Amino acid sequence: MSVKDNLHNLKEKYKGTKMAPAFNAIHTFLYLPNEVTHGGTHIKAADDLKRTMNIVIVALIPCLIFGMFNAGYQHYAAIDGSLRTDVLANFFTFDNLWIGIIKVLPLVIVSYGVGLLVEFIFAVIKGHEVEEGYLVTGMLVPLIVPVDTPLWMLSVAVVFGVIIGKEVFGGTGMNILNPALTIRAFLFFAYPTWMSGDKVWVYDAVNMSEADAISGETMLGYYAKASQDLTIKGTNGAADLVTTYGDRANELYSTFDKFMGFIPGSVGETSTFLILIGAAILIFTKIASWRIILSAFVGAAVMGLIFNQVVAADIITESSKFYGLMSTVWWEHLTIGGLAFGAVFMATDPVTGSQTNKGKWIYGFLIGFISIMIRVFNPAYPEGVFLAILLMNVFAPTIDHYVVQGNIKKRLNRTKVKTA
Amino acid sequence: MSKDIRIKKGLDIKLIGAAEKSTINSSQSSIYAVKPEDFHGIIPKLIAKEGALVEAGEALFHSKSDARILFPSPVSGTVVEVVRGARRKVLSVKITADAIQQYKDFGTKEADAMSGEEVKDFLCTAGCWPFIKQRPYDVVANPNQVPKSIFISAYASAPLAADLEYVLAGREAELQAAITAVSKLTKGTVHVSVGAEANSPLANLVGAEIHKVSGPHPSGNVGTQIAHIDPINKGEVVWIITPQDLLVIGELFLTGKLNLKRTVALTGSQFSSPQYVTAIAGAAIADVTANNLKDDNTRIISGNVLSGKEVKVAEFLGYYDNQITAIPEGDDYEFFGWNKPIFNKISTSRALTFSWLSPNKKYDLNTNTNGEHRAFVVTGSYEEVFPLDIYPMQLLKAFMYKDLDEMEALGGYEVAPEDFALTEFVCVSKQPHQKIIREGLDLMREELG
Repeated sequence: MSVKDNLHNLKEKYKGTKMAPAFNAIHTFLYLPNEVTHGGTHIKAADDLKRTMNIVIVALIPCLIFGMFNAGYQHYAAIDGSLRTDVLANFFTFDNLWIGIIKVLPLVIVSYGVGLLVEFIFAVIKGHEVEEGYLVTGMLVPLIVPVDTPLWMLSVAVVFGVIIGKEVFGGTGMNILNPALTIRAFLFFAYPTWMSGDKVWVYDAVNMSEADAISGETMLGYYAKASQDLTIKGTNGAADLVTTYGDRANELYSTFDKFMGFIPGSVGETSTFLILIGAAILIFTKIASWRIILSAFVGAAVMGLIFNQVVAADIITESSKFYGLMSTVWWEHLTIGGLAFGAVFMATDPVTGSQTNKGKWIYGFLIGFISIMIRVFNPAYPEGVFLAILLMNVFAPTIDHYVVQGNIKKRLNRTKVKTA
Repeated sequence: MSKDIRIKKGLDIKLIGAAEKSTINSSQSSIYAVKPEDFHGIIPKLIAKEGALVEAGEALFHSKSDARILFPSPVSGTVVEVVRGARRKVLSVKITADAIQQYKDFGTKEADAMSGEEVKDFLCTAGCWPFIKQRPYDVVANPNQVPKSIFISAYASAPLAADLEYVLAGREAELQAAITAVSKLTKGTVHVSVGAEANSPLANLVGAEIHKVSGPHPSGNVGTQIAHIDPINKGEVVWIITPQDLLVIGELFLTGKLNLKRTVALTGSQFSSPQYVTAIAGAAIADVTANNLKDDNTRIISGNVLSGKEVKVAEFLGYYDNQITAIPEGDDYEFFGWNKPIFNKISTSRALTFSWLSPNKKYDLNTNTNGEHRAFVVTGSYEEVFPLDIYPMQLLKAFMYKDLDEMEALGGYEVAPEDFALTEFVCVSKQPHQKIIREGLDLMREELG
C-alpha cells in the first residue's frame, strides 16, 4: 500500500477522536485532502488558506536569508569597523552566514516550535482544525526581534502572543490584534531594558568593549540623538574621536547601506530593498492589499514632510530632543527602522486590518502617519510602527463601520427618493 | 428607455464540454417525478392521491399557503408513488407516463384582451404560476402582491450554460404571447436583457424594454441586471421568469396546453458528446443522459456547476433546469497540492496558480474543494467577482450572526443565493456562501415577511 492509502486509513481511524486535528494538520500538510463539494458550488478555485499563507512565507524568505548574513556582518563589523569600507565584499561570507545559523535559525525554530505547539494543543482541546495563521506569524516573529533576544524570552512571548493575541478570540480569522505584533509588543513592554538601547541589535554586543559596541546603535537610535556629542575612546592609544551621533551615523552608513539593509536592527527588517521585493511578490500574487502598502508609505512620507517643514520653520530648534528625528529627511524615514517591513508584511494582515477597499486606504495612511509621529515623539524607544499598527488594528473595525454605513445610507436614500 | 448593462467585476469560468448545437429527442421516461423541494419555500398539499389518473397539466399538489398556486403533472399517466421523508415531508410525486400523452385542455386565450387578474387566474389554473419567482427571497411569487417590474434574463453567462439564442430560436410567437400576458401582471415595465453580441429571438419583442448585457459572469444573473436597472428597495417586489419558462407560458396561451417539454443542454467533460436534448421536466436523468455519460466517478448536476443541484442517475431532472452538467468527482488526495504550482485549475489570485496566463483556456475542473473549511481570513477577493453595490463579506457575516437589521440594511433584499456563487467559488476559506444566503433569506422571510 502506498503512503497515500496508509495515511487515508489512519485518517479514518482517528476520525472523531481528540487527536484528529493534530493528525489532520500533518496529513493535509502532505496531501491536499480528498474532500469534495456538497451543497453550494460544485467546483472551487485553486486557492486555499495554506497556499495564501505559503506565498507570504515565500515573500519573507529573502528577508530571512539577508537577516542571517546581516547578523554576522554586524557582529564582525562591530569588532572591526574597516569591514564597512567594502560592504559588498564582506557581506556574503560564510562566517557571516554561520553567525546567522547559530543566532537566527534558533529564533525561527523556537518561534515555530513553541507557537505550533500552542496551536496544536488548542486545536486538540477545542476540537477545531489547526489553522494556518501561525505559519506566517511564526516566520514574522524572528524577523522583528533583535538578534540577541534570549530564546526563553521569545518562548514566553510567543506563548503569550498566540494565546492572548489569537486563541482567546477563537483562532485565525477571529483575532483583533496582529499576533506577531502582540508578541513583539509583549517583548518590548515586559523586558524594556533588554529590548532597547544599543546592545541588543548586534550579536554579542553586550560583551564587547564600549568603543566597539557603540556601533550597535540602530539608525533610529543615532538619529534620535543626532545633535548630541559622542565621544569614542581611541583604541590602542589613538586619540579619542569626538563627534555627534548624527555625524557618526552618516559616517558609518551611506544611503545605499540604509536602503539595502547593511545596518543594525531587528533580524529581518533592515533591507528596504528586499522588503520591496517581498511587496512586489505579495501584490503581484494578489495576496496583500496594495492599497494598504501604498497608503502606509504615503502616510509616513506626509508625516515626515510635515516634521521637516516644522524644522524648516524653526519651530523646533537643535536644542529640542525631538530635533534629531524631526530633521531626518522624509524619504529617509521610509528606509530606516521597521516602517517598510511593518507596512508590507504586518499592516496587510487581512484579519486585523480594514476589510473594505475604501477603509484600507484610510487604515494604511494612518499607520504610516502615526508610525512616524510615534517615532519622533518617543525618542527613548523610537520604533513606532508596531505600536501604530496595533493601534490601527483596534480602529480598523471602526473605519470599516463608517465605510459600510456609507453603503447603507446610499440604500436608504434610494428608498427615500422613491417614497418622497 | 433601455439601459445597457456593462459589468467589469466577475469571472467567466471556462470549462470543457460546451454543448454542440445539435438537438436529439430523449426517449420518453417511464417514470417522471415532481419534487416539491424544487420550489423553495413551498409546503405542498397533495391533490392527486396515489393511483390517481392525471393528464399533463393537471395539478398534483398546491401550496399550503395559497391554494391557487398549483403544481402540475408534466405528463399524463398514473400517480404511482408519493415519496415521503422524515415527518412525512413530501419528497417527490412519481407518475408513470402513458405511451400517448393526454394534455388537459385549458383553452386558448388572447392575452391582449385580458386584464391582469384574468391573466393571473389563467396562469394559476393552468399550473404556470410556479414559473414566476420573486425577489426578494428568491421564491415562487405571491399572487397577492403586485411587482414593481418583471425581469427576464435571456443572457446566460453561467459556466457552460445553454445557449439561449439556439434554444429559443424560431419560438418568437410563443415568447411574444407570453410577454404580452405577463406584462399585464405589473404596472411597471417588463425588462428583458439579451447579450450585447447575440442575435436573440427576444431582441425584437413588443411590450418589453430590451437591455443589452455584456461582461463576465454574473452579468447574465437576473440579480445583477435588477441591481443595475431598477434595484429592489425595502417593501418592493420584483418578479422574474426565465426565457424557457416563457415558452411554456406562451404555448399555453396559443394552444391551451401545458407542455413542459424543453431543450436541455448536456454539458461538462463527463459527457462523451455534449449536446442538446429535448426532455420533459421531471424526466429521469438516466433517460436524458442515455448512452452519453461516462459514469466512472462522475458528479451529475441538474443545473450549472455553480448553483445546480447534485443528482444521481436514478433521480430526476429539476423542474426549472435546462442544463445537466457532468464533471469528474475530485475525491482523491494530491501530494503537496497546497503549495505546488498549479496549471490545471482556475484561480483569481496568482499564488503560484497560473490560470491568469491563459485566460481563454478551457479547464476540466473536478469537485475537490481544493482546501479545507476555515474562518473568513482573506479580504478583497470577493469584491473582484461581485458586481453588486453590496459589501459581500459584511453581508455574509450579518447573515451568519442573524442580525435582521443589518441583513436588511446591507442589501439582503437584493440578493439571491446564485449571486453569491462566484464568491463561494473563489473563497479561500471555502465557506458555503450560497447556503448562508439561502438560510438568511429564509429567516428574513419568516421574520420580516
